[in-house]
Amino acid sequence: MNTLFDFPEFFTINIGQYVESFIKWLIHNYDFFFDAIKEGVLWFLLHARSVFMWFPWVGVIIIVFILGWKLISWKSGVTFAGLLFLIGAMGLWDEMMLTLSVVLVAVVIACLIGVPLGILIAYNSRFGAMVKPVLDAMQTMPSFVYLIPAIMLFGLGSVPAVFATVIYSTPPAIRLTSLAIKGVSKEMVEAGNAFGSTKWQILTKIELPQAFPTIMMGINQTTMMAMAMVVISSMIGAKGLGLNVLQAINRIDIGMGFEAGISIVFLAITIDRITQGIADKYKFPK
Amino acid sequence: MSAKIKVEKLTKIFGKRPKEILKRLKKNQSKEKIFKETGYTVGVKNVSFVVNEGEFFVIMGLSGSGKSTLIRCLNMLNKPSAGNIYVDGEDVVKYSPSQLREFRQKKAAMVFQNFGLFNHRTVLGNVEYGLEVRGMTQEERKIIALETIESVGLSGWENKYITELSGGMQQRVGLARALANNPDILLMDEPFSALDPLIRRDMQLELLDIQSKLKKTIVFITHDVNEAFKLGDRVAVMKDAEIVQIGEPEDILNNPSNSYIENFVRGTDRSKVLQAKHIMVKPNAMVNLKHGLKVAIKEMESNSISSVFVVDDNRKLEGIISIDSAIEAVKNKRTFREVLTQDYFTTDEETYMEELIPMAIDTKYPIAVINENRKLMGIIMRVSVLSGLIQDHSI
Repeated sequence: MNTLFDFPEFFTINIGQYVESFIKWLIHNYDFFFDAIKEGVLWFLLHARSVFMWFPWVGVIIIVFILGWKLISWKSGVTFAGLLFLIGAMGLWDEMMLTLSVVLVAVVIACLIGVPLGILIAYNSRFGAMVKPVLDAMQTMPSFVYLIPAIMLFGLGSVPAVFATVIYSTPPAIRLTSLAIKGVSKEMVEAGNAFGSTKWQILTKIELPQAFPTIMMGINQTTMMAMAMVVISSMIGAKGLGLNVLQAINRIDIGMGFEAGISIVFLAITIDRITQGIADKYKFPK
Repeated sequence: MSAKIKVEKLTKIFGKRPKEILKRLKKNQSKEKIFKETGYTVGVKNVSFVVNEGEFFVIMGLSGSGKSTLIRCLNMLNKPSAGNIYVDGEDVVKYSPSQLREFRQKKAAMVFQNFGLFNHRTVLGNVEYGLEVRGMTQEERKIIALETIESVGLSGWENKYITELSGGMQQRVGLARALANNPDILLMDEPFSALDPLIRRDMQLELLDIQSKLKKTIVFITHDVNEAFKLGDRVAVMKDAEIVQIGEPEDILNNPSNSYIENFVRGTDRSKVLQAKHIMVKPNAMVNLKHGLKVAIKEMESNSISSVFVVDDNRKLEGIISIDSAIEAVKNKRTFREVLTQDYFTTDEETYMEELIPMAIDTKYPIAVINENRKLMGIIMRVSVLSGLIQDHSI
C-alpha cells in the first residue's frame, strides 16, 4: 500500500544533474565564447554607466519633465520630475542611475534579440511552434533560478546580472513583435506585393511601421520586467537600488528598505509611463 | 486592335498538391465533387479569354464564382496551377521573381475592394508607394504623385492620413496609387463595391472619364450587373469557376446564353443599358431637300408614314416635314424649305434609353439620331422606346 502513497524512490531521474553537467560542459568547451560576450557586455555597460553617472542630475530631471510633458501632459511631466527628485532627496540618486544603466543595457540587448526573433516567428510558424515552449519556460521559471547559470558562466558582478535580466525580459519583446507582424492586415501586404515590393520592402515599409505601436508595448513590458529583475540580480553583484534592498534585508533595516523600495517603484512608474507614452504617440487611428 | 492580355486554359486550385486535382478536372469532375472528396477548392477552371489594348473588360459573377481569384492570377498574386497568361506576348506565368516584380511595378497596377491603403502613410505617401518601391528619388516621385492626386480630384488632401478620408476619397487614393505607376493595365477588384450607391455612381463616371483620357487596358471585377454593363466594352460572366459567356453588354442582354445569365440579367434596368444606337432603325425613308416636295409626298405614301426627315447631299439633317404640310405647300406654291419644321428631338448614339423616354412621350415625330456633324444616323420610333423596355427574353 505504501508504494501508492509514497513515490517510489528507485524511480528518480536526476535531471538536475544533467543540466549541471551540461552547463559545466559549456563552460569547459566554449569558454572563449562566454568571455567574448562578457567583454562586449562589460564594455557597453561601463560606457552606459559612465554616461549616466556623468550626466548632471538637473539635466536628467529636465529631460524627464520634457518627455512627460510632450508625450502625455505637463502634469505628468511635473509628476515624473518630482518623483525622481524625491529619489535624489532620499540620497539614492547614484544608485538609481546605476540601476538605470543596467536596465538600459539589458533592454537594448533584449530588443536586439527579441525583435528579429519575433519577426522570424511571425514568418515561420514551425519555428514559432518550437520557440513557444521555450518562451513559456523563460517567463514562468522563478527568476532566481537564472542567477545560478549566470554566475557559473560569467562569475559575480554586473555582467551576469545583465545576462539574467536579458533572459527574463526578452519574451515579451519576442511575443508582441510576432503578434504585431502577424496582425498586419493581409490586404496591405497583398497591396505591397501587387506593386512589386521585395520581401524586405514589405517588412520595412509596411509590416514594421504597422507593427510599431505593438512592438513598443512589448518593449515597455520588457523594460518593466528588466526593472524587476535588476533588483533581484543585485544578489549576484549588480549595484544599484537592489543592493540597498538586499542590505536592508540583511540588517533588518526597515527605513532603508522602504526608501530603496519606494525609489524602485517611483523609477518603474516613470519609465513605464514614458515608454507607454511613446507607444501611444505613434499609434495611428485604425 | 491588338490583344494586350491573352489568357489560355487558366486553372487555379487552392491546396498543396494541385496536380492530382488537375487529373480529376480532366476527367470532368465537378467543382463540388472535388471539394467534397478532397477538400481542394477549384478557384478558376480552364478559363480562356483575350483582352484587347485599351479595352474596358468587365468580369462579372456572384460571390464565390472565382472572379477575384481570376484577377489575382493576372498579376500572379495567385499562382496559377495550369495555363498561360500572355501580356504583350510574354508569358507572365514563367516570369522569374525579379521579372515579376518589374511587371507589377510598371505594367499592371491593382485597385482593391477594401482599398488596401497604408494607414501609417499620408495620401501622398500612399500614392508614392509604387514609385518608391521602384527606387525613384523623392523629388521625382513627389512631382508625379501630386499630379496624379490632382487628376483624381484630391488636391489639398495630400498630407492627410487615410483614416481622415471618406470611403469614396479613400478609393480615389487607391486609384491614384495605381495610376501613379503609369501602368498599361489596371486590375480593379470590385473597387466600388464598398461604396454607397451615390458615390459609386460618381466614381464610375469618373473612371470612364479617366479611361477616355488615358486609354488604359482595364480588367474590372464586379458582382453588379448594372455596373458591368455601364462600364464594360465587353463583359465576361463567371459561374462556378468558369466563364459562361463573353460579349458586348447588349449581346449578353439580348441573347443570354443560358438560364443562369438570364437570371443574372433579369435584374438589370434595361433603360440604363440600352443606348440610342441599339434601338434606332436605319433611316431608309428620307428625302433630299433638293428633290422637292412631290418626291417627299411619294416617299411618305410608299412607306405609309405621316412624316419624313429631310436631309442634304451629305445626309445632314435639315428638318422634318409632315404629309399635311407637304400637301398644303404644294397647293399654296410654297417652297420646300419654308414648310420644314424643327419641332422634333435629336439625340446622339450614346444616349441611354432612360433619357429618351421623356422625349418619346413629348413628341409626335420620331426621334432623330445624329452625329456631331448633324448627319442623320438613324431614327427611333416612339413605340420602340417603350417596347424596348418591356422586352423579356425569358418568355
